Amino acid sequence: MATTAIPQARPYASRRSWVLEWLTTTDHKKIGALYITTAFGMFLVGGIMALAMRTELAQPGLQFLTPDLYDQLFSMHAVTMIFLFVMPMMTGVGNFIVPLQIGAADMAFPRINALGFWLVPAGAVLILGAFAFGGAPVGWTMYAPLTETTPAHGIDLLLMGLVLLGSSSILGAINFLATIFKLRAPGMTLMRMPMLVWTTLVTSVLLLFAMPVLTSGLVMLFIDRNYGGGFFDPSLGGNPILWQHVFWFFGHPEVYVLILPAFGIVSEIVPVFSRKPLFGYKAFVLATASIGALGFTVWAHHMFTTGAVYLPFFSFFTFLIAVPTGVKFFNWLATMWGGQLKFDTPLLYAVGFIALFLIGGLDGAFLAVVPFDFMVQDTYFVVSHIHYVLVAGSVFAIFAGLFYWFPKMTGAKLNERLGKIQFWLLFIGTNVAFFPMHLLGLDGMVRRVVDYAPNNGWADLNLLSTIGAFLIAASVLPFIWNVFTTLRGPRDAGDDPWDANTLEWATTSPPPVFNFDELPAIRSERPVFDLKHPGASVAHAAAGAGAAGKDTH
Amino acid sequence: MTASDSALVTHGEDAVTTGHGMSHADRGIDTALLGMMLFIGSEVMFFGGLFAAYFNIRATAPIWPPEGIDFIQFFPVPIIATAILLSSSVSMQWALSRIAAGDRTGLIRGLAVTLVLGLTFLGLQAFDYYGLLTDHHFGIDSAIYGTLFYTMTGFHGAHVFGGVVGISVILLRAKQGQFSAKHHVAVEAVSAYWHFVDVVWIALFTTIYLLK
Ligand code: HEM
Ligand SMILES: [Cu+2]
Repeated sequence: MATTAIPQARPYASRRSWVLEWLTTTDHKKIGALYITTAFGMFLVGGIMALAMRTELAQPGLQFLTPDLYDQLFSMHAVTMIFLFVMPMMTGVGNFIVPLQIGAADMAFPRINALGFWLVPAGAVLILGAFAFGGAPVGWTMYAPLTETTPAHGIDLLLMGLVLLGSSSILGAINFLATIFKLRAPGMTLMRMPMLVWTTLVTSVLLLFAMPVLTSGLVMLFIDRNYGGGFFDPSLGGNPILWQHVFWFFGHPEVYVLILPAFGIVSEIVPVFSRKPLFGYKAFVLATASIGALGFTVWAHHMFTTGAVYLPFFSFFTFLIAVPTGVKFFNWLATMWGGQLKFDTPLLYAVGFIALFLIGGLDGAFLAVVPFDFMVQDTYFVVSHIHYVLVAGSVFAIFAGLFYWFPKMTGAKLNERLGKIQFWLLFIGTNVAFFPMHLLGLDGMVRRVVDYAPNNGWADLNLLSTIGAFLIAASVLPFIWNVFTTLRGPRDAGDDPWDANTLEWATTSPPPVFNFDELPAIRSERPVFDLKHPGASVAHAAAGAGAAGKDTH
Repeated sequence: MTASDSALVTHGEDAVTTGHGMSHADRGIDTALLGMMLFIGSEVMFFGGLFAAYFNIRATAPIWPPEGIDFIQFFPVPIIATAILLSSSVSMQWALSRIAAGDRTGLIRGLAVTLVLGLTFLGLQAFDYYGLLTDHHFGIDSAIYGTLFYTMTGFHGAHVFGGVVGISVILLRAKQGQFSAKHHVAVEAVSAYWHFVDVVWIALFTTIYLLK
């Protein structure tokens, strides 16, 4: 129980201006919306940087960018996409949906939730502000000694910005965990939680334990750069490899931070649009948890070529991670198998995710083969892997989720036709942009370089990749138009437009402040399905009767 | 809160607060305390990063500790500071036990003593730094040992400072009579944090002064 007097609940439509309302809101749905819109804006910013780079790489020779600007761009592109787009986007979706899915009225700490959000624009200003101070041309991995010997003050801004974003993530993680552990509605046992809630839980644990380690590393870099410290400087007795250990101890769990929520989103959508329950719920939970745990054991697979790590150990555990990931694939496929598939945009994106993420995952398994990694480390093969997991993975899942929950968030369904146009543009664009990078990488083209030799026969594949990048950019336009026109239209989607399973569909669209006037009985992981099909899950009801208590219907 | 075990739960607006935990049921650990425990977990990882750096560098150094730093001794200032910080944990725990027994005056006394001890620790640390900087010209830029020493003890000191701020806040609230035998989760949370800061110091003291 709270220790202080309970503050009066604020009326929703107060007389303050709506700007002030949004600036001071502690409602998890509004904060979620703030996260999502901010993140989408950053997606555009990061995308423009990518287009600039791909334009330069369309042909050999320098046409458009200077080498230094190119270095700034690829560094900032990665930082923007990872820390300012995907992470805030996933936090935003979780913020909006997770409390609804567990039948809570808000997050556990609404004011800390607001603080967590506002740290994001603050961090963004610092990080993007780096461009005004020489940029931070050191890659998103910020390896020592490069980061220590590059004078640009933009790097210091980047370090500070990342500390703020890290704090935001840690606060968010604490909030999600407290919410999930303490605010579940009666009957919502752990093993009835929707999969997005499970993946948010594991993601939060990863953030809670990985993020502070990055913070400690950033602090060390900052001290080395500004106060004459020697952590990563061999001439002072420090060790540059130490940075790689610290960074990747964070960095590998981080990749699961970027993908686990995507797994959660896809696992919400596939059952609804297959008209079947998720196949192997328990296996799915177990796979999520073991991915989380194993995620802390494999960081040095990013350091195979340093010669400073014990290769068999890290290679073995990296392969091991592919097992729970594979389990998830089988679960999704088995869920769809024999289902009445309804190919609305959310499922389209989910299936696109499953198909293309498989490629990215297989690339990862290749990279875990030490001799192969020695060949392709720091080539475009790794760039291809990154983008098949992050674009075809996280980004596809994000669009799947946005199309799926847009009616819940706004009350209006996005246009299906525009959605399908967008999907096919993005699907084709992704493959055209990133598949050729496999071949370029195998052929030896190194990453993070502004130019390539004209006589290696790489020009055609690079041009193709650039065309793909512009297709991806084009795919964003129908989406923006779609959102714009939909929001101007009627908000008539109704509470449950997809005939879905989980609790967020039991309240109005958009939900009122504090979310629910009443909750249906929760006797399985599909309470809204149970409500609509009484008797369909007798077995579940019998099993859950003890926890759920008497039925009032 | 009136979390019924009926399957149909209604949420009146009065059932919800905007700033504190909103449990559906009063079971298990308090939400705010859980939040603090999770925060401490992340802090453990932060210091874990610093300790990992220390031991990585120590393991790869040709000689350790580096030559010429024999002035880093646990006697007299560090050991006194340690004794003070350890006793502040005792007084904190005593304050907590007092309020659990409904003794508000005891709580205030215990917190006041803890606050003074915490401030004394910070004073001693500043004194120690001053001596090292002026007498031995040993700073954060004095090669890797200086960097490690000041970063680790400095971040610990910053956390002590954070704890001092926290204690001041609950001391003020205690004076206003905001805590009772049943409602004092903020005291519990600050006390958990304070013990954590103490444990970090024990690890630091052992690493820097005893293991060397
Ligand atoms: C089957 C699962 C996976 C395996 C076995 C795997 C394996 C690897 C390996 C061995 C590398 C190092 C390549 C090198 O630098 O030489 C790597 C790089 C990378 N992976 Fe994965 N990976 C997997 C899934 C993922 C996922 C899900 C993501 C993100 C959503 C991801 C993101 C990245 C990134 C960003 C890098 C490049 C880091 C950099 O150097 O900038 N991976 N992966
Ligand atoms: Cu990795």
